[in-house]
Amino acid sequence: MTTRVGVVTFPGSLDDRDAQRAVRLAGAEPVALWHRDKDLHQVDAVVLPGGFSYGDYLRCGAISRFSPVMDTVIEQAKLGMPVLGICNGFQVLCESHLLPGALTRNDSLHFICRDQKLRIENADTAWTRDYSAGQEIVVPLKNGEGRFVADEHVLDGLEAEGRVVARYATQGAAADGFGNPNGSYRDIAGITNAAGNVVGLMPHPEHAVEPLTGPTTEGLGFFTSVLKQLVNA
Amino acid sequence: MARVVVDVMLKPEILDPQGQAVQRALPRLGFDGIADVRQGKRFELELEGPVDDAALARIREAAETFLANTVIEDFTVRIEEDGK
Amino acid sequence: MSLDTVTNAEQTPDSAQPWAELGLKEDEYARIREILGRRPTGAELAMYSVMWSEHCSYKSSKVHLKQFGEKKPDSTAMLVGIGENAGVVDVGQGYAVTFKVESHNHPSYIEPYQGAATGIGGIVRDILAMGARPVAVMDPLRFGAADHPDTRRVLPGIVAGIGGYGNCLGLPNIGGEVVFDPCYQGNPLVNALCVGVMKHEDIHLAQASGAGNKVILYGARTGGDGIGGVSVLASETFDATGPAKRPAVQVGDPFQEKLLIECTLEIFAEKLVKGIQDLGGAGLSCATSELASAGSGGMRIELDTVPLRDNTLSPEEILMSESQERMCAIVEPDKVDRFLEICEKWDVIATVIGEVTDGERLEIFWHGELVVDVPPRTVAHEGPTYQRPYARPSWQDALQADAPTAERLARPAGGDALKADLLKVVGSPNQASKAWITDQYDRYVLGNTVLSSPEDSGMIRIDEETDLGVSVATDGNGRYTKLDPYTGAQLALAEAFRNVAAGGAKPLAVSDCLNFGSPEDPDVMWQFAEATRGLADACLELGTPVTGGNVSLYNQTGETAIHPTPVVAVLGVIDDVTRRTPIGFGEAGQLLYLLGDTADELGGSAWSQVVHDHLGGLPPKVDLERERLLGEILIAASRDGMIDAAHDLSDGGLAMALVESCLKGGNGARVVVPEGLDPFVFLFSESAGRAVVAVPRSEEVRFNDMCGARGLPVARIGVVDGETLDVQGQFTVSLAELRDAHTGVIEALLA
Repeated sequence: MTTRVGVVTFPGSLDDRDAQRAVRLAGAEPVALWHRDKDLHQVDAVVLPGGFSYGDYLRCGAISRFSPVMDTVIEQAKLGMPVLGICNGFQVLCESHLLPGALTRNDSLHFICRDQKLRIENADTAWTRDYSAGQEIVVPLKNGEGRFVADEHVLDGLEAEGRVVARYATQGAAADGFGNPNGSYRDIAGITNAAGNVVGLMPHPEHAVEPLTGPTTEGLGFFTSVLKQLVNA
Repeated sequence: MARVVVDVMLKPEILDPQGQAVQRALPRLGFDGIADVRQGKRFELELEGPVDDAALARIREAAETFLANTVIEDFTVRIEEDGK
Repeated sequence: MSLDTVTNAEQTPDSAQPWAELGLKEDEYARIREILGRRPTGAELAMYSVMWSEHCSYKSSKVHLKQFGEKKPDSTAMLVGIGENAGVVDVGQGYAVTFKVESHNHPSYIEPYQGAATGIGGIVRDILAMGARPVAVMDPLRFGAADHPDTRRVLPGIVAGIGGYGNCLGLPNIGGEVVFDPCYQGNPLVNALCVGVMKHEDIHLAQASGAGNKVILYGARTGGDGIGGVSVLASETFDATGPAKRPAVQVGDPFQEKLLIECTLEIFAEKLVKGIQDLGGAGLSCATSELASAGSGGMRIELDTVPLRDNTLSPEEILMSESQERMCAIVEPDKVDRFLEICEKWDVIATVIGEVTDGERLEIFWHGELVVDVPPRTVAHEGPTYQRPYARPSWQDALQADAPTAERLARPAGGDALKADLLKVVGSPNQASKAWITDQYDRYVLGNTVLSSPEDSGMIRIDEETDLGVSVATDGNGRYTKLDPYTGAQLALAEAFRNVAAGGAKPLAVSDCLNFGSPEDPDVMWQFAEATRGLADACLELGTPVTGGNVSLYNQTGETAIHPTPVVAVLGVIDDVTRRTPIGFGEAGQLLYLLGDTADELGGSAWSQVVHDHLGGLPPKVDLERERLLGEILIAASRDGMIDAAHDLSDGGLAMALVESCLKGGNGARVVVPEGLDPFVFLFSESAGRAVVAVPRSEEVRFNDMCGARGLPVARIGVVDGETLDVQGQFTVSLAELRDAHTGVIEALLA
């Protein structure tokens, strides 16, 4: 049976079809989920895509977090369903309190779109099994409010529990994609929950799945990882 | 130290997409009976010296030329009493 | 204020009306009275004044724009031509592509962020209204001197507005231009382009036919945004007195626009629409009169059913309002319910505001009282036409005589001087990297961007199975056009054509945005007449029809007009986007060929501007036959895998092209000045019809044979190699030094 990965469309979601494409290229069946529909249509995993749901008004992700579909996503995530939030999806996960911390305005105060070098820190989550810890990859980053912040206590906890999934790699030239692009604390680009099934990531792996349109194909691993996890489960 | 608060709001006739999005979401969360929402910005300015007419005039000028975009926004300036 | 009904207008023929304040001329007001056989009501006067403004009626320009139709080349690709919201071109495999470039200059000067944002919103709705899914945007921008304080006020806001709106809307921004010149101080040019894709059967037109069909207004509520904006903003030059006189500004809501796009595409997919029009300048006045005028009958509107954001608006104001993110559709009665259902799904407000009638009038009611009763054609399509006087400016000869000869402008002699001038040009605001700007735009969203800035053209895949794609480039050079408007306009087309071909796509069609000063100035009108004549002639010769566009006049401060600036967008098609040619020199060892002829042509050049702050002489000569041949060679070489990189030569000449291709690809180049060519001319001349290409060694014979057989002069000038740009016998400069000079310039001035 094919693995079914749901991609939620909120009003203002933008990278939903891109996430569907990445799911397809990874070998799974993408299933479009609608924000007003509580039913997850028997999907095995869920992607909350990038975009500007509700225009990023009030706070990024704050209004989407209360959509009917999120009630079910939150419930299933707590039962272990793999959930990946990319960019705006990460913001929704933080607003939902499935992940700690918050994403605030970039320190440059500008939206930034660049090819970003990341270091995978935790290759044991549902979404990162196909990477190795310490591996460096390049995927697009594009956000205006991508600066991960949390209090010291939370940050220390994340570090201690190995819940930092990816960091912005800073040891190299800006022209090669190195550097912390938004002022995220401790260069954090992505984190996971304690169980490792819920991952939030600010950069966009779904835009690095084809050599024609992405800087690399190094983002595909997030989608093949979850596939393996589900097949092996 | 004295504090002066500058509130900046979009002019009433100017579209406020943020306020509208919030207003539409409120009933879904069970907060009924709210006819309109407008979202603005609040600046708290701590003054080094006394709040006299000259200081207020300077702050108004700052608000007019910098804090607010008077093409689309209005502002108000008020002195905040000691919060105790 | 009492309601000015048609009955009231008939009974009070002598009431004074503010026609002059609304921008109408006395004879225009008289003509309205003649058409109606009475004085217009307030609402009618509002409609006529706004629809007969320069911005909506093209009254000064249309006698010249006619040439784009009269000289239209035979093109089987053209599906919908000038006159609709945007032209539509056949790109094969059942796909049609629509694209258009438009100006939002004056609003962006007044409120940079919102002006630029709503510029994107407006052009996107134009494309949507044709039935297409918008797939990309581009922004040709022009500002005053990079170090001028007002540029610092205007540019960051405009860039943030374009990003803020376009990013939130989910459209990749794939190219455009950023040009600085003191002539744009106080008159920045903010042009916006959108490309959309549909199947042939999905093409929609702006017409209201079929009596009984419903008129549905959907999208945002109507507020007091930009009331009178079209007339006031587009028809008059700014007063220097400042903020107090700033008129109302439209605020954009990209979130609402995103919902409008998805909702409209779902409505199209279910074939629920007979005709459709977006609401832009002139709002409901424009939409209702254009729909009715292009349709078969009349139209009846109940204006009080329009959902309002501000309940105090009068009928005149509702008709004039330029509130953004609204569309107007003509829907058969039995499809109305489904239409409204889809709108509800997307949280889009939709209201039946009227219906198509079998009469011949556009009738608008306010709480049951008739306030507008007009023949719609007289509002929308039969506005005034002016034959503005024009004459070659008295200063034109002197300007052209001031040629940048070696005697007039000192040229660099020797390697060190050449290198010094190169670094000056590379680090000048116009030639420096625009990454600080373009990195504020999302180029990845939708996942089909194949090429984007700083490539020669932006390229989008439109079919993931077949790899069919389209590309677009926009170009314009106000300096060239000032020196010779006829040639300058042709050079803009030639460059955009070349840029599209350099990426590997076949140029098919043109959209233009003609930015000029006041048409009431005979000098400016001459520039306009010459530029349109040049562009129409060149489009005919290159076989690329003009499909639509926009004219922006009155771009001047006081008596000083901007350089005449026709911005030309060329759309091309490529059968297989995986064969696209990037600009970067990606592989060491590949051979560099210079295609085309290089002459001593420095008039209007980047070098003359940067090093000498000089503008004079003649622009480079145009040879359109050569451009066509060069284009064919570039396309064939891309298709057959003979070249791995190509970069068109334009501002800054070969020197700039080499620098950009080296930096993009991360490889250096060793270059030899061909026998008999002066090194300075070789590096800095801006002769048209040229490109530099990187040829894999295995393809050299085949490539040479092809160029030889077709008669294109080519010269092998070097090889991709190392980490320096080495012009042999002259100078060597490291890529690191070039990168230092090329990057960080814009942010240092403006961030």
